Amino acid sequence: MRYAYYPGCTIETTAVEFGRSTDAVCEALNIELVEIEDWNCCGASSAHNLDHELSLRLPGRNVGLAQKEGLDIVAPCPACYQNVLAADLRLREDAVWRGEMERMLGFTYTGQGRTRHLLEILSEPEMLQTIRGRVKRPLTGLKVVSYYGCVLVRPPAITGWDDPEHPVRMDRVVEALGAEAVDWSYKVDCCGASLTLSRGEIVGQLTTRLGQAAREAGADVAACACGICQINLDTRQAGEDKVPAMYITELMALAFDLPVMGKLYGRHTVDPRPVLRARGLA
Amino acid sequence: MATSHEPDLSFSRAVQAESGVPISRCYFCQKCTAGCPVAFAMDLKPAQMIRMIQLGQKEALLSSSAIWLCVNCQTCGTRCPNDIWLAPMFDTLRHMAIEAGYAPEPTVYALHRSFLDSIKMWGRVHEVTMLMEYKLRCLANGLPLFFRDLPGEMVLGSGLLVRGKLSFIPERVKGLSQVRALYETEAEEVSP
Repeated sequence: MRYAYYPGCTIETTAVEFGRSTDAVCEALNIELVEIEDWNCCGASSAHNLDHELSLRLPGRNVGLAQKEGLDIVAPCPACYQNVLAADLRLREDAVWRGEMERMLGFTYTGQGRTRHLLEILSEPEMLQTIRGRVKRPLTGLKVVSYYGCVLVRPPAITGWDDPEHPVRMDRVVEALGAEAVDWSYKVDCCGASLTLSRGEIVGQLTTRLGQAAREAGADVAACACGICQINLDTRQAGEDKVPAMYITELMALAFDLPVMGKLYGRHTVDPRPVLRARGLA
Repeated sequence: MATSHEPDLSFSRAVQAESGVPISRCYFCQKCTAGCPVAFAMDLKPAQMIRMIQLGQKEALLSSSAIWLCVNCQTCGTRCPNDIWLAPMFDTLRHMAIEAGYAPEPTVYALHRSFLDSIKMWGRVHEVTMLMEYKLRCLANGLPLFFRDLPGEMVLGSGLLVRGKLSFIPERVKGLSQVRALYETEAEEVSP
């Protein structure tokens, strides 16, 4: 399987664990990620906050760059995913805008290739079968809550691959790794996202409540598929009993027994090793 | 000018036209407010804002800090029984507030502005220089705002630095002139 890969700005910095574990896990699963050459930032939440047109133009350039290969685009960051998805939709439906973009950026829109989130491709039924076969060290006894956050499954009209109120596909991956997927009521509750820098106290309240809810459900770790969810949980939870936030791809790397994990634990602010050791997993 | 007995419909029509959101459909069930993760910090709540748009209360809406706290998590729109997508409505209110010269929530605006400047500068966001610009923009709003979050930011920043999660060298895209050309419709800078 080959995909046009849109890694996003945080993958080498604040979400470096996500990037490294994604590379290693995809290699282990024979998923080839061909990085989109010269991709630019999607504008994240800042572009649509201040300039709606720019919020479609910036990711529109990436769709244009990916046209050469005609592959499905895969993004690990939900904000990148969501913005590219919206730009692709506009290119598809608005012929005038498409013409403007094609002229400005010098590409021809073919409409080939869908925009997909990494979790979407990792949780397809056939892929779950492959994942089960690749597990070397089942995560037996580890209790995991799946934390989706916001734009991974919303708005459902454009995402559409999992339930917007009670998504389950991350839980299926967790179970495929041999861990216990624990139900909780905060799967799709927002962490406060970009307010973490401009209004940190709001994000502190939201993530602390998420951590408490995860503990009440009996979770050892929260599984994330978003760089901002993970870093907010990792750095903004208050109190003594903080829940470690691990990327779903880190849990996969652990279960596949990939050496990359050794280099990633130290990147976490809330170190997941004590709880993993308690379950005999690190 | 709207009076208490005569709502100004031109504002509600303008918001509906720009955002494409059918605001007049709202029957005030308040599911949006109930599900909003940041409603507790908002001076006006989402459902209340829709009602105020219907009633043409432009001044109170465009000067509220609530329009700057929406994080676009899309919970409200997903749950609305009348298919009203509030996130684009919030985008429209922010644009209108900027255009009409209302002071935005200073730190939120400073962050978004610095973020977009960083993309314009490099093509990709470079956190270290973006955060430096953000702090300078906070400083331009006065010393109290500059120092308000500084201790927490120092802890966070040094933590990320120790863990190798910040890079000092920006990544610059080759097609930077293309990226910059995309900015030609950019909204004008405002001073909070």
